[in-house]
Amino acid sequence: MEKDQDDIINDITSGEYKYGFFTDIETDKIPKGLNEDIVRLISEKKGEPEWLLEFRLKSYRHWLTKKMPDWANLKIPPIDFQEIIYYAAPKQRPSLESLDNIDPELKRTFDKLGIPLEEQKHLSGVAVDAVMDSVSVKTTFRETLAEMGIIFCSFSEAVREYPDLVRRYLGTVVPYTDNYFASLNSAVFSDGSFCYIPKGVRCPMELSTYFRINAANTGQFERTLLVADEESYVSYLEGCTAPMRDENQLHAAIVEIIAEKNAEVKYSTVQNWYPGDKNGRGGIFNFVTKRGICRGDNSKISWTQVETGSAITWKYPSCILRGDNSTGEFYSVAVTNNHQQADTGTKMIHIGKNTKSTIVSKGISAGQGQNSYRGLVKVLKNASNARNFSQCDSLLLGDKCGAHTFPYLEIDNQSAIVEHEATTSKIGEDQIFYCNQRGISTEDAIGLIVNGYAREVINKLPMEFAVEAQKLLQISLEGSVG
Amino acid sequence: MNGKSEVSEFFSKLYSENIVRIEEGSTPFLNSFRKEAFEKFNLLGVPTKKMESYKYTNLETWFRHDYQSYFIPDESHFQKAEDFRCDVTDLDAHGIVLMNGFYPTLNGKLRELPGGIIIGSLNEAARKYPHILEKHYGKYAKNDSDGLIHLNTAMVSDGVFIYVPGGAAPGKPVQVVNLVDSDQDTFNQHRNLIIVGENARCSVIICDHTLSPRRFLTNAVSEIYAGENSSFDLIRVQNEHNNACKITHTFIHQERNSHATSSIITLHGGLVRNNTYHRMDGEGAECNSYGLFLADKWQHVDNFVNVDHASPNCHSNQLFKGVLDDVSTGAFNGRIYVAPDAQGTIAYQKNNNILLTDEARMDTKPQLEIYADDVKCSHGATVGQLDNNALFYMQSRGIDKRQALLMLMFGFAHEVIQNIKVEALQERLDGLVMQRLKGELSQCASCLVKCG
Amino acid sequence: MLSIKKLEAGINGKMILKGISLEVKAGEIHAIMGPNGSGKSTLAAVLAGRDVVEIRGGSVTYLGKDLLQMAPEDRSKEGIFLGFQYPIEIPGVSMVNFMKTAVNEHRKHKGLGPLSASDFLKLMREKKELVEIDSKLANRSVNEGFSGGEKKKNEIFQMAMLEPRLAILDETDSGLDIDALRIVANGVNRLKRPDNSAIVITHYQRLLDYIVPDVVHVLYDGRIVKTAGKELALELEEKGYDWIKKEVDNQN
Repeated sequence: MEKDQDDIINDITSGEYKYGFFTDIETDKIPKGLNEDIVRLISEKKGEPEWLLEFRLKSYRHWLTKKMPDWANLKIPPIDFQEIIYYAAPKQRPSLESLDNIDPELKRTFDKLGIPLEEQKHLSGVAVDAVMDSVSVKTTFRETLAEMGIIFCSFSEAVREYPDLVRRYLGTVVPYTDNYFASLNSAVFSDGSFCYIPKGVRCPMELSTYFRINAANTGQFERTLLVADEESYVSYLEGCTAPMRDENQLHAAIVEIIAEKNAEVKYSTVQNWYPGDKNGRGGIFNFVTKRGICRGDNSKISWTQVETGSAITWKYPSCILRGDNSTGEFYSVAVTNNHQQADTGTKMIHIGKNTKSTIVSKGISAGQGQNSYRGLVKVLKNASNARNFSQCDSLLLGDKCGAHTFPYLEIDNQSAIVEHEATTSKIGEDQIFYCNQRGISTEDAIGLIVNGYAREVINKLPMEFAVEAQKLLQISLEGSVG
Repeated sequence: MNGKSEVSEFFSKLYSENIVRIEEGSTPFLNSFRKEAFEKFNLLGVPTKKMESYKYTNLETWFRHDYQSYFIPDESHFQKAEDFRCDVTDLDAHGIVLMNGFYPTLNGKLRELPGGIIIGSLNEAARKYPHILEKHYGKYAKNDSDGLIHLNTAMVSDGVFIYVPGGAAPGKPVQVVNLVDSDQDTFNQHRNLIIVGENARCSVIICDHTLSPRRFLTNAVSEIYAGENSSFDLIRVQNEHNNACKITHTFIHQERNSHATSSIITLHGGLVRNNTYHRMDGEGAECNSYGLFLADKWQHVDNFVNVDHASPNCHSNQLFKGVLDDVSTGAFNGRIYVAPDAQGTIAYQKNNNILLTDEARMDTKPQLEIYADDVKCSHGATVGQLDNNALFYMQSRGIDKRQALLMLMFGFAHEVIQNIKVEALQERLDGLVMQRLKGELSQCASCLVKCG
Repeated sequence: MLSIKKLEAGINGKMILKGISLEVKAGEIHAIMGPNGSGKSTLAAVLAGRDVVEIRGGSVTYLGKDLLQMAPEDRSKEGIFLGFQYPIEIPGVSMVNFMKTAVNEHRKHKGLGPLSASDFLKLMREKKELVEIDSKLANRSVNEGFSGGEKKKNEIFQMAMLEPRLAILDETDSGLDIDALRIVANGVNRLKRPDNSAIVITHYQRLLDYIVPDVVHVLYDGRIVKTAGKELALELEEKGYDWIKKEVDNQN
């Protein structure tokens, strides 16, 4: 019995990565390596204004002064930043006016990923910005959104068409000096999405960015900037995949969110970068800085993430609660299987009065995976009546994995109520047995239990993606249980 | 010149100027550890806030101060130690007094109790029983990041030695009273070694007092070995004045099926940092770690606890509580580490804190690091105020608000105190906590020094 | 004894009591019944002085005094006792210490000196028998680790200790099995004197088999919509609350 279960866990956790194919498409690449000339070359390729080049150079010079962070509970092999190609763009015909002009190979790629670029075929109510390697390939539903004054386009277009808006907000939430990877991104970022929701507008559809790393030896450094003006609402989703390769690839992105008075932003991520093979070879290094600021009173930012991919994840989507009565939320499911490592969590910085934050983190470790929650709840002196509740649970499947919890609570105001709870336990044998007794196989039982365990978080995802996320959870644990 | 090297240089000088004197007054056994330990200290230095484990505690100003250091016992203070009487009169215990880290009698430095039990001076024990010390001294105080442990090993001269051989029990607790008394600012270090053999049991009470209003810095290391199936209980009551900095490092090493409990009650102290390391090295061991601190004025209290589940089927439980008034600050660093293959682990950790003013501040960092899967681990931490529902409930029974708040605070503290199994001491501590909460104990108990 | 006039109150800006008037005379037992969410517990909270409830209008006079101006502890000392629907757990505070403090505060209010330890323990023993409470409970922390039934018995025990003039029992019957219910009800009956009164708040009629009310009120949507003798309780048991809801909704 024991043995059988081990085998089943093994089967469940050794499932194959579905999106590991490579698209053979002609790519415009620049030489590998990083120096000021490369930074200038990227800027030139994108035809950027002088101020943006200056921003990149400042960032690059700052990056040179920094060292790679080593405080996370991660074993990161040395990264040779001179071996990476910092810009790769699929070559296509110059005009993007009509869909007919998109390279059919590109279209097929996104079709295969389940992201059709034709609007009529697409999931109703979701607008997509598709990014492959360093550039945005196509943004759907732009015109529909434009009628409401919503700007949703690639970052490069935003720089060209709305330079004032970009300049006003770029780097205000994640300054270029923020951390090692943020400095790197600020120097070499290639593309990404830009979104602006004007005053009083509730965005009628889900906005979504789909990231695909395709070319070999390239890094992906995209940047997302999302501004929700007063009284507006938007729900945003990002998804990501990459081909299976034996070498590691670097993804160092930045997401900045600004929520003005009474605005609400919901940001959901289903992260499915290639996690490497069973022996820990290959996979994406995912070093991402995501942060939102609740600038106005009564504003709200909610992060939801389902992390199943990447060889190494280093990521802390955070909220700065500056406006009075503002709310920050973080809901996360992180799975580490085989040799995957994740050090993820959040920071909730309470600055305004009556600010509230909620943290729900569910870690699932299988195989030899190492899963760490790292979070900071900071209540500043003037943040009266701040409330935080954190619940961080870890589920262990198999005896070679690890689950770790590193919360930091820094409280400088008497009226704060801050509560942190965490539990770590093995998947319940009695639960599995109960399911078995009702005729459910151990494999299905584990699927059920894991999904039940993660449900609180998955329920926060937009409906279409919740189903996707559930499947993904099951697949990423395939071959793992005991 | 940066701070660290300045401090290091100061200690280098102190060490080289005094090593001859230290070694003369000491034993070959203790001397044999000094050189290597000092080299390690030189490498690591005094911990700074840059170190993850000292993130919330700044020792720098305390170590930059120029102290008169005691390397040989100053006999002029011995009479005071003789005269000191613990004011917990119902407490029936084997008493030992340490004065500035030294065993303050010239004769009878070791007492032998029935059953082969030995209590007394560590230095004397090193002279008389090096074969016992050899197996344990320096074996548990292992840490490659905290330089202060090595500084202690390099310069320490004396401390308490307790040896309870297999199957023995002293019958009543051993009470160690640590007195600090000097008319000069003093830095002192002492070292305790407690060995509890197989099937033996032992209960130790350590009380820290300051007797004069100078600035004091104490860096104390205790190594405790709890043999198979033994039972060990440590109660530490800290009651020093606001100009005193107390740093303790306590290592409790447990063998199979042993039970160990550590309780630290901090009533007063300028800066208090307690490092408690529990290591369960045999299957079926059980440990409890408790702590309570009441801080006011500009006091700072930081408890660092590391519970290492190195073997399967061990149980641990941590409960630390703090009440912070005025502009005081507090920190808690708790870690549960479950080694690979330490299956069947059950580990709990709880840290609750109450802030009484807007200026008080609490930083807490409960951590779980788990490398085995058949475990039940949980931790919880809260920072907040007293429970409003409970307050209303009490008021609705006719208890006025001030009294109800006091009772709630007392109840909050009592949850830690109630775990102290020495009855006379439990009552006494309850009384002290109540006085402290009422503001009637604005200075350390049994202290005549008006240090503010 | 108690006179409530046009009382309006709410929680977090939501109106819950929308004009309640009620007279309780010395020696009377009033039952307040009503469906969930009708405002029964809010009324109890207002009478005991819970500050999360905001008073919007009306008045409450108790023994000639303005009750709404009094602190919760003063209300208690003047003889108001609230039996909590969900008794609060207070870790670290022993029942003995808790009750001794309360009893002595009450005595001080009456101009009496504190009870000696032995007199107090004697009193505790006496009253404990009344509600058949396990004497071990006295050494535990207030309500901590008590079962649902023990908590409710503990409420009645405290009532016995404090001998209130006006007892308000908020759903004291909820979650009790039939034996516990009998014990609780007996306790209440034995404490009944000609000069004290009680307000019994309940969802079900079954408690009223044991504690016989003089008057029954039905609270619905923040108003008292029906007042009658004890037979009303039986009618409600039989027909449920729907007919009253319909009656009220039709009137509107």
